[in-house]
Amino acid sequence: MTTEAADKGAPRVSPLYDPKVRGIAYQVVLALIILFVVYEATTNAIENLRAAKIASGFGFWSVEAGFDINQKLIPFSSTGGSTYGDAFLVGLLNTLLVAFIGIILATILGFVIGIARLSNNWIIAKLSMVYVEVIRNTPLLLQLLFWYNAVLKPLPDPRNSLSLFGAIFLNNRGVVMPSPVPGPNFDWTWIASLVAIAIWIGLSYFARKQQAATGKRFPANLIGFGLFIILPLIAYWAAGSPLSFEYPKQSRFNLTGGMQIYPEFVALLVGLTIYTAGFIAENVRAGILAVSKGQSEAAHALGLSNGQTLRLIVVPQAMRVIIPPLTSQYLNLTKNSSLAVAIGYPDLVQVFTGTVLNQTGQAVEVIAITMLVYLTISLTTSFFMNIYNSRMALVER
Amino acid sequence: MKKTIVSIALGAAAMFAASAVSAQTLNNVKNKGQLTCGSNTGLAGFGAPDDKGVWKGLDVDVCRAIAAAIFNDATKVKFVPLSSKDRFTALQSGEVDVLVRNSTWTMSRDTSLGLNFTGVNYYDGQGFMVRKKLGVSSALELNGASVCTQQGTTTELNLADFFRANKLKYEVVAFATSDETIKAYDAGRCDAFTTDASGLYAERLKLTNPNDHIILPEIISKEPLGPVVRHGDDQWFDLVKWTLYAMVNAEELGVTQANLDQMLKSDNPEIKRLLGTEGKFGEMLGLSNDWVVRIVKQVGNYGESFERNVGESSPLKIKRGLNALWSKGGLQYAPPIR
Repeated sequence: MTTEAADKGAPRVSPLYDPKVRGIAYQVVLALIILFVVYEATTNAIENLRAAKIASGFGFWSVEAGFDINQKLIPFSSTGGSTYGDAFLVGLLNTLLVAFIGIILATILGFVIGIARLSNNWIIAKLSMVYVEVIRNTPLLLQLLFWYNAVLKPLPDPRNSLSLFGAIFLNNRGVVMPSPVPGPNFDWTWIASLVAIAIWIGLSYFARKQQAATGKRFPANLIGFGLFIILPLIAYWAAGSPLSFEYPKQSRFNLTGGMQIYPEFVALLVGLTIYTAGFIAENVRAGILAVSKGQSEAAHALGLSNGQTLRLIVVPQAMRVIIPPLTSQYLNLTKNSSLAVAIGYPDLVQVFTGTVLNQTGQAVEVIAITMLVYLTISLTTSFFMNIYNSRMALVER
Repeated sequence: MKKTIVSIALGAAAMFAASAVSAQTLNNVKNKGQLTCGSNTGLAGFGAPDDKGVWKGLDVDVCRAIAAAIFNDATKVKFVPLSSKDRFTALQSGEVDVLVRNSTWTMSRDTSLGLNFTGVNYYDGQGFMVRKKLGVSSALELNGASVCTQQGTTTELNLADFFRANKLKYEVVAFATSDETIKAYDAGRCDAFTTDASGLYAERLKLTNPNDHIILPEIISKEPLGPVVRHGDDQWFDLVKWTLYAMVNAEELGVTQANLDQMLKSDNPEIKRLLGTEGKFGEMLGLSNDWVVRIVKQVGNYGESFERNVGESSPLKIKRGLNALWSKGGLQYAPPIR
């Protein structure tokens, strides 16, 4: 019997001393404690709110809001009976809009500045350095207020707008442009664009295969881009030019009609872009410096030009270093967009935790929802950046 | 930032402090040795620090009167400046004992916020200010205008109602604080600026060229402004309510800072009850019977406070109007002390 027990491997111990069982037990206990605390906190909060006669719950979501918001991507008006839930959506979309465009612009600007800092041209390198140092070392809130005043102060009032071709107007209420009004057959133009994009993708796939097989290069991007311009134009012309424009008109106070870009949006976008680009530039510089010099020397020895070396050899390797900190800059930009509060851009924080919280008085619910939204946006951004990162990562064989 | 902190404080208070926000406010105030009063971030005539950092104003005087009644010292008040969107949360969470910050008494605020309005210390109404050069003489001419306002106020809602009711178009530009709002208006972001009429007069003083702006004649809403306390502490509710009534009664009975000593010798039974030489009215509030003497001596009656802060002897030069005593054609009316 004893020998058999020894054959089975480790000696039998009481489950009390089994590290595996113990580990699971600790996890279960911890989970139960956390659940208990969350449950107690929630029920206690509800009870206390009720005792203090403070309204609670999410019933306010479908109550008519009764106020207006000037900058919105979806229809919202007190006349149309919009609800607090609609106000939440307006704020959320405004946040996403400024974050999305901000991320794209900050990435482009950041890469340009970061590469410029490593330039052999002394003036360009020093200018980039000054940019990075000034922008990174002053508070963002101050920069936003600066841009808002810089946008607002020197521009004329709407009665004396600066105008371009009598169609685009610039004043201290923003930029007003003619808005396109698509006619009935305009959809053909969209379809033509989609077809052109599909052909473009097909061409580059073919070009890559051909280059891998024969070494011959095929100008896929040039042809693809040409098609992307020409095909929709032909479709537009064939459908009988079904697009008209609504031009802004001067009325007593403002220009009415057309599309308007508001100064609050411009100030926030410019502020966030310039600020975040300063940090991205440093990430890019660090990434490029991390690629050993031998790589570019080898590329030059093979006869690649400076541009090709950068594009084909240095940047792809630098990306591995750049992406993780780049992700956190994207998250920062999104979260920093809540500073919109200071300059009156109706983002999620301004609309929802500002006006809605105050009109409903339901601080706990409103703050909880807002925190959840930022958490979701941030986690989604990192999720996609992580996918991108794992695709760029060094594949070891 | 402040708002988030306040909200978190509310959340934490609501979650873990079993009933910190219920009764016993008077005892807490006495133990602390000072009254914490939610005030405006700076509205001339109503609640703003002067050049020496001393808080002055019609709203501030209510807090000082409460402190005088409790501590016999009108300076034992800590003023917490609150923006319009943070104010109710700060009161709910117990960060302030009383909120006297030109807040409009509305049904939803009185019923769903867990707060009680104790009375009206200023009858106001919403108006508009515009630049003279626009040539506007009535709010009904504002079709298509951009209007700057402060968010989280009744003003923001009345504005939408007014334009909706009159079938006019407008663009609202809402800011978090009154300072940002008036600065944006001054910079030309908006054609019109709207807030309570009293606020228009006060804010106009902050503009680069106050004389380039006019206040339009329309008053588009009822804005009864008054002190607010938390729901559920009736003793404290009574004390704040009767402090305001005492100031109004003192004016009605002609009791002023100057003639207080003579009035103490008065034979008029109403004055005797007011000043505590007869009856035990102060004790009913948990104070000593000469509570009104302390209020009038240190702060003055309602009329004196009005004159000093917003009336003819102040830069605002607001007429008594609706805020005159009921016996002089106004709305200020206090129940009798008996």
